[in-house]
Amino acid sequence: MRGGVRIRVRSELRGARSEFSARGWKSGEDSGAAMIVRCNVERRSLGAAALVLLAFLLATHLATAADSGAKSQAAPGKKLNDFGYPEVGLINDAIRKGWADHELVPSKAASDGEWCRRVYLDLIRRVPTVEELNVYLADRKRDKRLRLVDRLLGDEYTDAFARNWTTIWTNLLIGRTGGMERRSLVDRAGMQQYLSEAFQYNKPYDQLARELITAAGSCRPGDEDFNGAANFLADKMEEGGIQATAKTSQIFLGMATQCTQCHNHPFNEYKQNQFWELNAFFRQTAVERVDYGEERQYYYGRVVNRDFRGEGGDAEKAEIYYELRNGKMKVAYPVFVDGTSLAGIYADRGEDFGDRGYLADVNRREELAKLILASREFDRAIVNRLWAHFLGYGFTKPVDDIGPHNPPSHPELLDQLGAALRATGFDLKKLMRWIVLSEPYNLSSRITSRNQSDDPAVGARPMFSRFYLRQMEAEQLYESLLVATAADSTFSREQRDEMKDRWLSQFSTAFGTDENDEATTFNGSIPQALTLMNGELVRRATGNQPGSMLHRVARDARVDNGERIRYLYMAALSRLPTRQELAISNELLVARGGNVGAALQDIWWALLNTNEFILNH
Amino acid sequence: MTCCNIPAGMSRRHFMRHLAGASVFAMPAFALTRTLRAHAESLSRNHKSAILLWLGGGPPSIDMWDMKPGAPTAGQFKPISTTGDFQICELMPQLAQQMKHLSIVRSMSTREADHDRGRYYMHTGFVPSPNVEHPSYGAVIAHEMENKVPELEIPPFVSVGGASEGPGFLGMAYAPFQVDANGRIRDAQMSVPWQRMYDRMKLLSALETRFIEERRGTAAEEHAKVLAKTQALLSSEQMKAFQVRSEPADMLERYGDNNFGRGCLMARRLVEVGVPFVEVNSGGWDLHQGCFTSLETKLPELDKAFSALVEDLQQRGLLESTVVLCMGEFGRTPRINGNAGRDHFARAWSVVLGGAAIQGGRAIGKTNADGTGVETGPYSSEDLMSTVCHALGISLQTTYTAKNGRPMKIANGGRVIEELFA
Repeated sequence: MRGGVRIRVRSELRGARSEFSARGWKSGEDSGAAMIVRCNVERRSLGAAALVLLAFLLATHLATAADSGAKSQAAPGKKLNDFGYPEVGLINDAIRKGWADHELVPSKAASDGEWCRRVYLDLIRRVPTVEELNVYLADRKRDKRLRLVDRLLGDEYTDAFARNWTTIWTNLLIGRTGGMERRSLVDRAGMQQYLSEAFQYNKPYDQLARELITAAGSCRPGDEDFNGAANFLADKMEEGGIQATAKTSQIFLGMATQCTQCHNHPFNEYKQNQFWELNAFFRQTAVERVDYGEERQYYYGRVVNRDFRGEGGDAEKAEIYYELRNGKMKVAYPVFVDGTSLAGIYADRGEDFGDRGYLADVNRREELAKLILASREFDRAIVNRLWAHFLGYGFTKPVDDIGPHNPPSHPELLDQLGAALRATGFDLKKLMRWIVLSEPYNLSSRITSRNQSDDPAVGARPMFSRFYLRQMEAEQLYESLLVATAADSTFSREQRDEMKDRWLSQFSTAFGTDENDEATTFNGSIPQALTLMNGELVRRATGNQPGSMLHRVARDARVDNGERIRYLYMAALSRLPTRQELAISNELLVARGGNVGAALQDIWWALLNTNEFILNH
Repeated sequence: MTCCNIPAGMSRRHFMRHLAGASVFAMPAFALTRTLRAHAESLSRNHKSAILLWLGGGPPSIDMWDMKPGAPTAGQFKPISTTGDFQICELMPQLAQQMKHLSIVRSMSTREADHDRGRYYMHTGFVPSPNVEHPSYGAVIAHEMENKVPELEIPPFVSVGGASEGPGFLGMAYAPFQVDANGRIRDAQMSVPWQRMYDRMKLLSALETRFIEERRGTAAEEHAKVLAKTQALLSSEQMKAFQVRSEPADMLERYGDNNFGRGCLMARRLVEVGVPFVEVNSGGWDLHQGCFTSLETKLPELDKAFSALVEDLQQRGLLESTVVLCMGEFGRTPRINGNAGRDHFARAWSVVLGGAAIQGGRAIGKTNADGTGVETGPYSSEDLMSTVCHALGISLQTTYTAKNGRPMKIANGGRVIEELFA
């Protein structure tokens, strides 16, 4: 019976497709839509099995539909869908201009399954479930991508979205190892709590930045003066806040200044005095260590503001000193990177007023936040960072070192997107929406003879004529496996977070230097391969115990083995198996003596260990 | 050990052949490696190795290898005589006895005084570049030595107790295999019996191949190569080399009962089975504060492990084929700061090396009276790396083609420090 339905519906859909390329969805749409309704009915009555069938039908159809769509897109002069956002058009035009200038022809559009997979991975940090995938594949409106993005950025996925961006920003602000121990000024949970709230409510990015730069209070949740934002600076105030200076300029201004603390930068225009003048803004800041525990053996930090007496002891003109390479000492007062000095800002209140160390007169971090937020560098830094998140490479490499010594690949676009973001009141979700709806984000990762020179992995400047492969991060793998296998449904949010942090910590190595730098072994090397082959997480995900995904699929009496296998392919790779893959999978069934559960374990294991699974493509 | 998974009557090699028959080994991506290996069978088995003792954070070489007694910049320790023609710090008396095997280069002069950049530069011979990632010592030496050790089934580049630096354009197959100093390898136990693993690999191999053939870029191919290396390791007897705690108690005691000591001991075990490059990490040398108090515990630890390693290698006849190199990302300021610490300093500092063709007992180069500058020709990371390669018999004419198509000389075209060989 199933076979009969398949043939009939396929031919209906084929009709629909030709309608689409000729003049959009018309008569063909009705029959297709009827099919979806029918399947949705079946979904209720038959459950997952019917969804597999639906997925099969639609993926086959839509993969081809997307290809034909791509051809029409690539046709010159054809107006691309900007989904009603001029900013999307801005991106498309600027990127296309780059292709023309470099004589590149972009890859075809990605298949619907591929696009859906990447947008889930990038926005909410996991692969889509088969059910989610099917909903998308079944949507045949022209703005289906917009509708999915709306959903992922909307209420339905608020938690997953906030969790994703909390992780990203936690790693950015305090590193993967920051606050992992109880003897640390940083309280990781405090940082996460603050960020989680910020991303739940889509806090404007300028406000977020200001709060992080100016935060005071306890790092630890539960204290009366708890301020999770204080964790950003809590472990960076040693030696007069060298790290606070370097990280603040790196993260919020896209300026890599850390080398200039000792000398003028060998490759860029940043000068040593600029570093120390920026550092002078952090001198009213201190971190108190708060001991706790039965034997006071643990501690955390409290960031406080206090008057700064200057290194010469005079708060009326509170200066700092730094050493030149030749051993000479020089003096510095708060001056922003563009040359604006606090003395200048407060000039009307007296010559030295702006350099005063009294908080009541001048709050230096507040002033710094104002200057940073007003700068063009602030806009560029965040646009570059988010662009790199979604497209795999930023307009510069590294993303947080932008300047004349390291010019962006698409300077106008970077500026325009920066200005557009500012015009939204720094609504990051808007920026994300523009990027994921743009043409470059929609391209296949397959290299063609006409864009093989566009390969940033070998040092070329990225032109975004295809979607660059990149590896899932450890967090993405973790979330994906949990979702795909429903392995964590019995745990509370706190338990879940703790388990995740514990699992992730195995991959991080801190170098133990004053810069708190660290490395990860979740980088495509052997330890990662071992984790995926034999590790506990994958063992759990490939488990066949009652309640697990594999158990459910294996025990569903209404579907045959072919459909069970297809379900696993959709869950892991967002695509259906090829004929050859199906044949090998069937051999596995034979090898397991007809033990379906065991064979599915083998197939699922193989899928999770592939390049196609671990790479965002 | 994983070998327990192999059923009786089935030798490990037999099992490996099974895996190789239908696994990712058979894929085009491995054609090159296989050809190399086939050739290697007829080549000399006389390979060489290198061990890098990495003092992360930047050791104060002015307190260790190039002391300035009487100068205003001198620390609180005294120099002692050694079996070489120079003095070192009194806190390293056992190493002093081994110095006839080791030499000091006292005229290192570099420009990178930031941890990240310094670590990169000292590991690669190149300053960081936004356009290309350079291969580190371990990757280069693993790459050059690999076909001389065709029997090696464990990774050719091992980093004990730290991250080292990456393989750059040589690819993830030459990435450091990071282990802790107790030699516990996470997840090295096959989760299913070998027959079933074999079946799984077959499907996995088909999936890998298909994706690679779709031309998605190097990351997909890299993945398959790493997978092949991982497979080889899973069934290898050589994994026992990591089990440092199986050494007799007196041997463990001789190296020192701490992570660095065990790391050095493991390095010797790994070199014995043919691993071309091992890095052993000792952290906590970023001595901005309380430099001398820290050295009172750090130097005896280094003394014990380093001297045991050299002596042990020598006694086993391995020192003539193994270069040992000890350094960090830079030295530390002659000036002692207000916190009794020393800050980052790259302009004039020392490294220690010996073994293989390198002559021991010599102090090469000279710094000025207070250690703030070098008085003889300065040596760079490139020079040092060239020297190590030369000592290992790696041709300095070796040129790689970086992924961007640019030719790139091994060790960035540095000069061999000739005084170490004459």
